[in-house]
Amino acid sequence: MSVIQSQSRASEADLIRRVCNGEREAFYELVCPYEHMVYATAISIVKNPADAEEVAQEAVLKAFSNLASFRGESKFSTWLIQITYNEAKMKLRKARPNLYESLDDSQRNEDGEFWPKDFADWRPIPSELLEDNEIRQAVQDAINSLSANYREVLILRDVQRLSIKETTTILGISEGSVKTRLHRARLLLRDRLAPGIDGCWIKRQPYRKVRPW
Amino acid sequence: MATIEISCVEVWREISNYLDEDISADLRERMEKHFSACAHCTAILDGTRNIVGLVGDGTLFQIPERFNERLYEKIRNLPT
Repeated sequence: MSVIQSQSRASEADLIRRVCNGEREAFYELVCPYEHMVYATAISIVKNPADAEEVAQEAVLKAFSNLASFRGESKFSTWLIQITYNEAKMKLRKARPNLYESLDDSQRNEDGEFWPKDFADWRPIPSELLEDNEIRQAVQDAINSLSANYREVLILRDVQRLSIKETTTILGISEGSVKTRLHRARLLLRDRLAPGIDGCWIKRQPYRKVRPW
Repeated sequence: MATIEISCVEVWREISNYLDEDISADLRERMEKHFSACAHCTAILDGTRNIVGLVGDGTLFQIPERFNERLYEKIRNLPT
């Protein structure tokens, strides 16, 4: 663990102690760095902003009320994401009690080979492109179109940048499953977001042939 | 010593682990040799790397305005 990380862990432990001793304001400082993480986790599961806000807030309130039971066995962030994940799942079950998200065909043969559909050549995508709402929406839609198994792993690993170990803790699946699902999720997304026939993500740039045929 | 060749299907299977640097040095060398000769696999590698960059950008999901004001209000109103 780096010096910076251990310092932040130490001050986090201090903040937790202060909250447990009744200093409510210290909780704002404790959760502030993770608000985005909590919200992004919530929206990736419930998929709409109104429910995501409700879930995210409920999760943070739950963390506050149960902070005394946090034993520091995992990182605070992992514990918080786990609460958020459970809240979001509960929200989904309440909203659609008869619907199971296992209808996606691609999910059934998780261990089978994945054959990419599209061999389009991509130039690196500048991250400024995400400032374009249309493109941000396209990426979000593509993520939402993944089945829950793949989406959850992708969100925790690639959006939240959690480690494989942290992801196994939150989802309760093996390291092997984390890797297989992440792999599948990335390749599915690549297929879905590969440049269209006119082959260009960058607006106002001329047509460029991207396929080898 | 000559590097043992690897097929496209084997390369696709390992692309994600390759990006995460979660493969052996030997496999990495074989994959790199394959990429240098195979435009299709290179396209898939670049595209997948783009995906990881795009979704990990941090601005993908934007938190609603005044989210924390509403949150702190709720925390303040919790019974002690």
